[in-house]
Amino acid sequence: MTASYEKYDREHRGTVGRVEVASPRMKCRNVNVYYGEKKAINDVTIDIARNEVIAMIGPSGCGKSTFLRCLNRMNDTIDTCRMEGEIFLDELNIYDKGIDVVQLRAQVGMVFQKPNPFPKSIYDNVAYGPKIHGLAGTRVELDEIVEESLKKAGLWDEVKDSLDQPGTSLSGGQQQRLCIARTIAVSPEVILMDEPCSALDPIATAKIEDLIDELREHYTIAIVTHSMQQAARVSQRTAYFHLGDLIEVGDTKHIFTNPSHRLTEDYITGRFG
Amino acid sequence: MANNIAVELENLKQRILLLGTTVEHNLDDALRAALSKDLQLAAQVRKNDREINEIEVGVEDDCLSILALNQPVARDLRFIVTVLKINIDLERIGDLAVTIACKVPNLSGKDPGYLFNPEIPVEVMMELKSMCTGTVRMLGMGLDAFAREDSDLAYKVIQNDNKVDTAKNLIGSCLEKNLRENPTGQQHLATLLSVSRSLERVADHTTNICEDIIYMLQGRVIRHRLGEQLAPAGENSLDIKQGSVG
Repeated sequence: MTASYEKYDREHRGTVGRVEVASPRMKCRNVNVYYGEKKAINDVTIDIARNEVIAMIGPSGCGKSTFLRCLNRMNDTIDTCRMEGEIFLDELNIYDKGIDVVQLRAQVGMVFQKPNPFPKSIYDNVAYGPKIHGLAGTRVELDEIVEESLKKAGLWDEVKDSLDQPGTSLSGGQQQRLCIARTIAVSPEVILMDEPCSALDPIATAKIEDLIDELREHYTIAIVTHSMQQAARVSQRTAYFHLGDLIEVGDTKHIFTNPSHRLTEDYITGRFG
Repeated sequence: MANNIAVELENLKQRILLLGTTVEHNLDDALRAALSKDLQLAAQVRKNDREINEIEVGVEDDCLSILALNQPVARDLRFIVTVLKINIDLERIGDLAVTIACKVPNLSGKDPGYLFNPEIPVEVMMELKSMCTGTVRMLGMGLDAFAREDSDLAYKVIQNDNKVDTAKNLIGSCLEKNLRENPTGQQHLATLLSVSRSLERVADHTTNICEDIIYMLQGRVIRHRLGEQLAPAGENSLDIKQGSVG
């Protein structure tokens, strides 16, 4: 009678929930990641759907940021890091030999924990990417990209009269939105966010969260966050990582009201982690 | 924070159980007052309702504090939502106990043996008495299901709601027939009819409580019989005629 409502016990490994989706933007298959001899990610398979926000949660050291960085090969910059498995952006295996990682990182952009604007003007922060990727033929086109990106990032009205001011002169929340505008400017398909609000106050956090919801119309977003409330607010699907395993993935509403795995429930209710 | 919320949830559980047992005792007293025409006990029932109302307000306040300060999720969230809903049902059962107690003066002055009025079949009056014991027992079992987090017991309690409905219909049809045939001087029969209707509503509220307990424990909504079948009654179904009232 109650069997189908019983939870997977704490010893159960292997992912619980719906890892595949009907229209994936990214497909990750049997991903393993090692730092030297240490295995950080263990056989993770998951799809990331188009125009969805997927939140990746889990205790410190669970591998969620490591996994996020696999999605645009940021881990390539770490000498000891080795990845096995396959990750596809649409039909493209991003780990194939011959892949241009600079181009890949434009398609799969990243926003970091701490806002990191270039020591340049607000305008140049946004224009830099389109320039090096040759996305604008004229100054007018570049102006349009900068304006459009700043508008999408919800920053245009606040900076349109001070585009020549240094990016670093902005507040923390504005700097983070500038970094998002910089990511948007190179027309990405996917935006990765690694704890994008952890250095921001509640007002700035609310603006970024509203922005994430608006950006979902155009982009696929994967966000790593330590805030359960943020994951619940901004995402449609949530993935829970534990000691390198993807324990559970499912609709965010399901995860936060009735998760299927004890480990997920213990973590989100604060029993450990 | 985790330990903090665990303590607060345990305190909340104790408080809602205090409300439950207070309501259960008050209902039991109200029925005993009705069955024995005890005016003093009926007055005490009305007085006790003030305490029930105070606990109900306190439980709601505790729930809102935990929601605001801890943002609970998953089983913690389901627990608090369930407590909020059970809180309302228990308070309404408390009101029904008062409704029954308020009818007791209408019974006074009659023959102490009114329950066995020769104009009313003995089996009907026995049915009313067992309906009293069974309904109180249902509520007690519902509270046990909550305290022990026992979904099987909650299912069993739900399955007995039909028995209470059947008993109410049987009592109702007989008493109404009697009232139609002898409309004057039968206020005590109308009062007994009212008691049986109140008991049926108590059983409905108890069923609500048990449905919410199943949601709390399993995350499944069985209200209105949406989507899923209840477990078969089987031999383990609770016998509402057990127990003692009066």
